[in-house]
Amino acid sequence: MAVSDELGALTRAFSGLGVDEKALISILGKWHPEQRQTYRKGTRDFFIEDERQFERWDDYHVIQLQHEFLRFKHAIVLWTMHPWERDARLLKEALHKGPQHKVLVEVACTRLSDELLGARKAYHSLFDQSVEEDLAFGIHGPERKLLVALVSSYRYEGTKVNEGIAKSEAKFLSSAIKGAAGNKNLLENEEVVRIVATRSKPHLTLVYNHYKEITGNYLDEDLEGELYLQETVQCLCKPQEYFSKVLDASMRPDVDELKKEAVTRIIVTRADVDMKLLKQEYNHKYGVSLPNKIEDVANGNYRDFLLTLVARGD
Amino acid sequence: MYQEDLIKRLESELSGDFEKAVYRWTLDPEDRDAVLLNVAIKQVPLPDYRVIVEISCIRSHEELLAIKRAYQIRYKHSVEEDLAQHTTGDIRQLLVWLVSVYRYKGEEINVRLASSEAEILHRVISEKAFNHEETIRIITTRSKAQVLATLNHFRDDYGTSITKHLRDDSSHEYLSALRTAIRCICDHHKYYEKVVRRALNQPGTDEDSLTRVIITSAEKDLKDIKELFQKRNSMSLEHAVAKDTSGDYKAFLLTLLGKED
Repeated sequence: MAVSDELGALTRAFSGLGVDEKALISILGKWHPEQRQTYRKGTRDFFIEDERQFERWDDYHVIQLQHEFLRFKHAIVLWTMHPWERDARLLKEALHKGPQHKVLVEVACTRLSDELLGARKAYHSLFDQSVEEDLAFGIHGPERKLLVALVSSYRYEGTKVNEGIAKSEAKFLSSAIKGAAGNKNLLENEEVVRIVATRSKPHLTLVYNHYKEITGNYLDEDLEGELYLQETVQCLCKPQEYFSKVLDASMRPDVDELKKEAVTRIIVTRADVDMKLLKQEYNHKYGVSLPNKIEDVANGNYRDFLLTLVARGD
Repeated sequence: MYQEDLIKRLESELSGDFEKAVYRWTLDPEDRDAVLLNVAIKQVPLPDYRVIVEISCIRSHEELLAIKRAYQIRYKHSVEEDLAQHTTGDIRQLLVWLVSVYRYKGEEINVRLASSEAEILHRVISEKAFNHEETIRIITTRSKAQVLATLNHFRDDYGTSITKHLRDDSSHEYLSALRTAIRCICDHHKYYEKVVRRALNQPGTDEDSLTRVIITSAEKDLKDIKELFQKRNSMSLEHAVAKDTSGDYKAFLLTLLGKED
């Protein structure tokens, strides 16, 4: 490879999700000190010219690099974990790191009832507290009631639904949304919370459909701007679409670390559940296959591991 | 489950105390509690919060989970959704959280937390605003050991037990349910004894409560309840029941009471 090609290749090996271990080894491993210096002087993004005449790593980039090197490790550890421990740890992080309350919604709404219950049991073992008490104590805004209700739910999972009730709940939601009219206080409406936090998923899908019939709009679109309610409805009624959206947003260039972590989280937690549907939905929405997108934005072992997971259900 | 239709017929046609008692006794414990919950939730004009509080506060985690599953099989709904649908406001939040929260089971106590949460409860009560959210949070999400520690701190710091403070002139369903929850969490034998004593002392006898307590305790707590009753009332529970009930119903209850001896 020509030297200039190698400079580009090395920068690429450091950019994106994960690092390209093989490229790092083959290029950096053989470079003499002068070549490494050329790289440092030529890569203003990563290195700063220090006043004492040496090129130093930009601190921010070192931290970024740490994350990228560890991305593969995190994915492996998360994947190997018991799903209950995994979800318990995700819930704990969502509450304290960030906090990322949307991840609370995601975990609470996209797991089966017994899986969510298992996560709550594991939370006891890991943290000597219940997730409900942690959430209720740590969240103070209007979203507290919704989030605790979502996390403590044990929804009916049978197929029986009641058309009449679904219709009237759809009607109710439609007038509640009109009445709230951008005041963004639907979270304080206890009936709205009741419906999304206690009804079964098949029932809510029916409500979603009736809402479309009544108003001509999609319920989640009408909830645009409503703190957490939009995510709640999407996770409960159209999880693959929700996951596709979050994945795509997380794979854009220059997003923060918390957003990037969604890629590992979603692929690891859905690989055994609905990966096939997820891929179809992603392709449908963004016109590119998920494996191809991952090839583009991810590197090295991390990329290869994600691709293996994504290939499940093929 | 092969008896599905027969059981549905029986449920609607049972009117007498004896029939109801026998029917409930024949069910498996989790099924029985599921039925009791459903009947309590659907009661008009208001749900019978006592049954809901008792079952959610006294049953173990495993029992409550079995009850929820039995409820779902039987009624094709979750108990939480039915309960939420039939209640509103503070009592809804109290009851739904009591039923839903999977409390930590450990015995560890955080003394500083107990002290600060006792203070929160005291502030809530003295402002008589009954900021239900914080009270509900403390009583329904903390582990039982922690709740007990908090209530003990309350009594030590402020002189009286919290239930004495939780009254107001309007017989607030929410406050009654809260007091019941606190009693069930603190000492459910004492609570059961009181229910049974009141049921018998009432002119006319509250058979539903009497049946409920005796049947649901028959496999576990009956001995303790009988001892407490004897101590408190200077007569045996069997004697009191014999005095206040009659016929087949009386014979049935006495048989259950005699089971443990």
